[in-house]
Amino acid sequence: MVKKIMTGNIAAAWGARLSRAEVIAAYPITPQTIIVEKLAQFVSDGELKAEYLHVESEHSAMAACIAASQTGARTFTATSSQGLVLMHELLHWASGARAPIVMANVNRALAPPWSVWVEHTDMMSQRDTGWIQFYAESNQEVLDTTIMCYKLCEDKDIQLPAMIGLDAFYLSHTSEIVDIPDQEKVDKFLPKFEPAYPLDVENPLSIGSLSMPHQWYPEFRYKIQEAMERVIPKLNKIEEEFYKEFGRKYTGPLELYNTEDAEVVLIISGAATGTVKETVDILRKKGIKVGVIRLRMFRPFPSDYLVKALSKISFIGVIDRSFSFGHEGAIYSEIKASLYGLNAPLIKNFIVGMGGRDITTDTITKIYENCFSCLKNNKIDIPVEWIDIKV
Amino acid sequence: MIEIRFHGRGGQGAVVASNILADAAFKEGKYVQAFPYFGVERRGAPVTSFTRIDKDPIKIKSQVYKPNYIVVLDPTLMNVTDVTSGLDKDGIVLINSDKYPKYYNLSFKTATVDATSIAIENKLGSRMAPIVNTSILGAFAKISGEVMLESIVLAIKESAPSKKEENIKAAKQAYEKTIM
Repeated sequence: MVKKIMTGNIAAAWGARLSRAEVIAAYPITPQTIIVEKLAQFVSDGELKAEYLHVESEHSAMAACIAASQTGARTFTATSSQGLVLMHELLHWASGARAPIVMANVNRALAPPWSVWVEHTDMMSQRDTGWIQFYAESNQEVLDTTIMCYKLCEDKDIQLPAMIGLDAFYLSHTSEIVDIPDQEKVDKFLPKFEPAYPLDVENPLSIGSLSMPHQWYPEFRYKIQEAMERVIPKLNKIEEEFYKEFGRKYTGPLELYNTEDAEVVLIISGAATGTVKETVDILRKKGIKVGVIRLRMFRPFPSDYLVKALSKISFIGVIDRSFSFGHEGAIYSEIKASLYGLNAPLIKNFIVGMGGRDITTDTITKIYENCFSCLKNNKIDIPVEWIDIKV
Repeated sequence: MIEIRFHGRGGQGAVVASNILADAAFKEGKYVQAFPYFGVERRGAPVTSFTRIDKDPIKIKSQVYKPNYIVVLDPTLMNVTDVTSGLDKDGIVLINSDKYPKYYNLSFKTATVDATSIAIENKLGSRMAPIVNTSILGAFAKISGEVMLESIVLAIKESAPSKKEENIKAAKQAYEKTIM
């Protein structure tokens, strides 16, 4: 192992390299470009033995990844924002074909107006594509999650693709200390990919041909959901194994920070969690009982884990860095649904940091204060409130 | 925690400077973070980047609003950007300039170094667009005491894609020539 400072983009490329990705098909887009540039360099320098495919669009990148994955190659791609939404059609195909592709997505806002800065709408819009979704807080987590994702996705009980979100600039272009694991250790942790039903010219079969309504279509869909239900228990096991091998502990779908005796808890995902933790430290020093839960994964959605974590909390503030127009933040919707029928606490939605607007400790302090004021009055006047906007 | 804000123009190496500084502090066993705030990268456009250095792991992921140090890579920015915005009252401003610090008449401790001449002398970048980042970091080591010149040299040695020796020489010269 060697510690270096590197950006989230470089960490993502190292994750693919250490996992020995065999086929990489990707199209560059700001702020993801450095991931594919670094991988191209690894391949041309002979440090990563992979087929690097130059494609004409993200749609083609995903098509190439699906085909390669079905022949039994470990595949990797990376994209962002407009690129991810252009892939949308084939994202459904990847999960339907049970291709365990791993993709890094630099979370970036969608145009217009043009913005290259962070927002989660790009990935939230892919909610129903059958992909496992992670959102990272640090560059180390980007690297480690990439390795763990291959083990998770390629497992015979899962066989689904996964996307790992890393926030534009706050991770993609931020240098921090990253521990690069030893290749031998990664090889031991992550054995070669062996697909259940590989495409093989010697032993032909077809995948994805027509299914009449009376045939197997609903069953294929049902099987995807069964696999999704196995993801979190499997992830917990993989993280335990990862901890034994590499000494870094991950805590499943949620990360709890000072929640035990907290009166108000915020729920958030992505890099801004760090700023919330910093704010929690500041407020705790003043004796204010606050905590934060980081949602590490959005699909499968960890409802049971959240219900358990929130059982003693008086007030929940849900921060969404995305929005479902005509309704509310996506994470807020899911958490309310998870708590339905239970003795639910008060819960409020904050829409913050769209288009990369900086989320500061002042922003978060204001949100905690807002929560405490609602809690005191036992009433929420504005259930979905946009914070730090100039209107 | 120590926070540093760099002001430069696209092509001068402000973003790389924030990274090299972070790397230098990392080599001294500190926790670090470095990141840019820029739009669609253009040569000559104002660029801001940040470095954080701490003895403990750094959680915060927002921009720097109350820096301890300001590093200005292009003196013409003094007229167009409020470079000292939010600077701690005991903070220091370091400017790449051939003028004496008192010329700028700031209400903060001010230092200057002619990083442009040093860069040109060492053939870093071109005469019209010299790359001043390694020179300014040598000056930063001198005026701040936050990192040692040796660590800056080591970080340059590892990260400079070319002209390693010239960059190191520039950092060392700037260290000697800084005026405060």
